[in-house]
Amino acid sequence: MARMKFLCDAERCIECNGCVTACKNENEVPWGVNRRRVVTINDGVIGAEKSISVACMHCSDAPCMAVCPVDCFYRTEDGVVLHDKDLCIGCGYCFYACPFGAPQFPQAGAFGLRGKMDKCTFCSGGPEPDGSEAEFKKYGRNRLAEGKLPACAEMCSTKALLGGDGDVIADIYRQRVTVRGKGSEVWGWGTAYGPPQAKPAAGSKS
Amino acid sequence: MSARVMVAVAAALACAALAGCGERPQSEATYKQGKYQGKPDTRPWDNAPLAYGNNKWTKGDKRSWEDELKGRTLNQNENTRIGQ
Repeated sequence: MARMKFLCDAERCIECNGCVTACKNENEVPWGVNRRRVVTINDGVIGAEKSISVACMHCSDAPCMAVCPVDCFYRTEDGVVLHDKDLCIGCGYCFYACPFGAPQFPQAGAFGLRGKMDKCTFCSGGPEPDGSEAEFKKYGRNRLAEGKLPACAEMCSTKALLGGDGDVIADIYRQRVTVRGKGSEVWGWGTAYGPPQAKPAAGSKS
Repeated sequence: MSARVMVAVAAALACAALAGCGERPQSEATYKQGKYQGKPDTRPWDNAPLAYGNNKWTKGDKRSWEDELKGRTLNQNENTRIGQ
């Protein structure tokens, strides 16, 4: 197997935020922390509005791992970037290093101090025993250990967000692109009703 | 009397404000630079499939777990699901 990756198809994403809700629900993410969010550009411009769902991209050469002063990050055999919250000091360096803004910091303490970092785990928990209550409380659900894919990708209604083995989802995306063509065919009349039919001959019954 | 009450209230307020400065220690570890110091993680395929559901793989067998997950990943491709 290659590496676990997310792939979001901007032509399909309809900004429904179903992935965000699925993530929040599945992992019981605290208030103020968004492991996944939907970013929209050209908002309101007809034909130019694009949305994309963003979370931790589980980088092959992750900058968060490089800058962490306490080295709390590790990468699993499936290429998922995880971290140990028992080591994290909540310094925020990983947030500055990450190009996607994936690391999130819950408020902790009486004055809302920055807590330990929280981020997308590709629904694969953390270093606590798989499926344990401790793992769920710290990192959320471990779906990979249950033979499932991340909830956000599996919940996506338009299948804009794909998750899984990078090679497999790349194949799915490649096939999709070759089938759907480009331009208005992506989302318009042709997709909904098929190509224009030949007009019936004059005098024939319709 | 009122002065004593005022002092008592001020003291109580000061104690309440001071309590806000308390911070629980968040770290329980000593660090070594450049090396992951956390707990070792278990691998997903070292778990048995759930008792409910349709997942089937052999516990500890990476290949069977990968096949299971690949099937699940391919299920995201609705182009292959149409007409089934």
